[in-house]
Amino acid sequence: MSAREEILGRIRAALPAGRDAVRQAEYAEIDRQYQAAPVLPLEEKIALFRERLEDYNAEVHRCAPAGVAATVAQVLRARGKSGLLIAEGTPGGWLPDGFSFTKDDGQAYKELDRSEGVLTGCAAAIALTGTIVVRHGSEQGRRALSLVPDYHLCVVPLELLVETVPEGLRRMAAMLPAPLTTISGPSATADIEMIRVKGVHGPRTLEVILVG
Amino acid sequence: MSVRVGEAAEALPFPEAAKKMVANSQLRRNVRHATDVIRNKRGKVVGEKEDWQELRAAGNAIKRHTLRHLDYYLQQFEENCTKAGGHVHWAKDADEANRIIVDILAKRAEKEVIKVKTMTSDETRLNVALEKAGITPVETDLADMIVQLGEDKPSHIVVPALHRNRMEIREIFLKKMGLETLGYEPQDLAGAARTYLRERFLRVTAGISGANYLVAETGSVCVVESEGNGRMCLSLPDILVTLAGVEKVIPRFEDMEVFLQLLPRSATGERMNPYNSIWTGVTPGDGPREFHVVLMDNGRTKVLADEEARDTLDCIRCGACLNACPVYRQTGGHAYGSVYGGPIGAILTPQLQSMEHSQTLPYASSLCGACYEVCPVKINIPEILIHLRAKVVENGDSPFSERLAMKGAAFAMANAGRLGVAHLFARLGQSVFEKDGKLEDLPGLLGGWTAFRDMSALPDQSFRDWWEKREAGR
Repeated sequence: MSAREEILGRIRAALPAGRDAVRQAEYAEIDRQYQAAPVLPLEEKIALFRERLEDYNAEVHRCAPAGVAATVAQVLRARGKSGLLIAEGTPGGWLPDGFSFTKDDGQAYKELDRSEGVLTGCAAAIALTGTIVVRHGSEQGRRALSLVPDYHLCVVPLELLVETVPEGLRRMAAMLPAPLTTISGPSATADIEMIRVKGVHGPRTLEVILVG
Repeated sequence: MSVRVGEAAEALPFPEAAKKMVANSQLRRNVRHATDVIRNKRGKVVGEKEDWQELRAAGNAIKRHTLRHLDYYLQQFEENCTKAGGHVHWAKDADEANRIIVDILAKRAEKEVIKVKTMTSDETRLNVALEKAGITPVETDLADMIVQLGEDKPSHIVVPALHRNRMEIREIFLKKMGLETLGYEPQDLAGAARTYLRERFLRVTAGISGANYLVAETGSVCVVESEGNGRMCLSLPDILVTLAGVEKVIPRFEDMEVFLQLLPRSATGERMNPYNSIWTGVTPGDGPREFHVVLMDNGRTKVLADEEARDTLDCIRCGACLNACPVYRQTGGHAYGSVYGGPIGAILTPQLQSMEHSQTLPYASSLCGACYEVCPVKINIPEILIHLRAKVVENGDSPFSERLAMKGAAFAMANAGRLGVAHLFARLGQSVFEKDGKLEDLPGLLGGWTAFRDMSALPDQSFRDWWEKREAGR
């Protein structure tokens, strides 16, 4: 007997028969009284998101939709960067003149590692936990693109911002089968004496531009 | 089939191991500090969640439902993961899981593999099997790395190196990374880890992970982490092998909306951990081109069969029960002799190992209930501990003298006359050991109690005698 048959057989022996008929009804009965629906007015939701991001030590800016390129330029000048990597589908309107933006065309990881950083958009954001959802694909780039560079500048259009984790997960479900990464602040560890160290392997600096 | 849980089969009984650990004051200081910090952070972020009890109830209900239909959901996961380009393997026990993983890597002639924190691989002792096959495992979680380079054992589910302080870690890094200088600050040590691992992340072509959730409905896998080492291991190599216990499956993608709120707040006291990676099979042009999942039993179906202890499998490995436990906080994790320490380890390890070993673990608790109170999926650990203690006794694994004493007590207490006689004898017998109304150094089985605490002597008149006289005098 294969391991598969043996394990499934043991599971069936451990449980009563006739369960299949009631499975769906049982699932539907799971009590979900937790908060899923949003309650905050728009500006409060945005303020909460901002507060959470800053709590994670991410630097946050906000601009109007027409001001993204100018804000990117201001951020890059302040950090002394000459340019960033971008994804295939990064909107051209986000890119200011006078800097070099290099499209990721499957560069070796070492190239990504040598870059000054990366600029991406996102697919959703969750205010309550300060979370950014990246859907990997042509628009926001493959997984390595927003991981290997040490600096991540992320543009968050505020129409993608939801309030609760359940709202966020329901949006993410619709994005499958694309790989998804949720990002809540720069990488961190508290493994040594429980002292929070910002920046380990993932980008050590996360900077966010809220748009809208 | 032979179930193995790390080195638990060879471990010392808990009371012996605990005695050694309690004598190590540095270890106790480190453990106390770390658990205090997490407890405080957890308390704050759990307190601000008004729907916390509703989330716990939902988490418990989803897990119970899944386990009741585990055969269905595992097959559904297998079907959907396979459709998305993944390969699903089944392993009856630790050895079989190790063999499958070693074979997959050996076939591709991989010599080195980067690993993101997986307790399950500690359970199977995968690293030993890999090394035997000439494949070097590289632990990439900072704490796991400290444990691996220090040739040590994990002492906590979430922060496996919490028993080490910065000075000890610095010594390990200096020696094992071949560094000449290194600062003392956690920032310096994390920086050294980054430099040491970055070259490996970018070069090594094979990765191994555990799983926090396997989504049956979509075939997706989710890994929860903080440092970004997980994202590195999951998305940079050409081949990825994920080892997961069969209980890790959940029915639907949206069910994660419950666990992704419960887990980070319980585990590290964060509203959300820095990174969650979710992937479904393989994606052309992004991440590993070959993806395998190993679904492992290793004693879990035995736990499933015991209805009174089945909830043990609900565990989402947050470690909150360890931080809350007054016993763990004194002994640290190593005393439990298993990769799973603390209250959850005290119920999980003996069940996986079918009580042959680690019969002392169900007694490693004062049954105060702190673990149940903080458990995000409401596992009633004290109740399961008592259930397991009963099993230890039924199996005849408790000391003969204890069983005799309990039988005697049952006989005496079943009848008022007999109890009166027993009291009389006890009062006469205790005079030898009595000192200022306290009993010290009782013989035999009772010595276990009086070795560490005095016991009040029985008074001259029992309550029952007093009551009888009072009633008679009316």
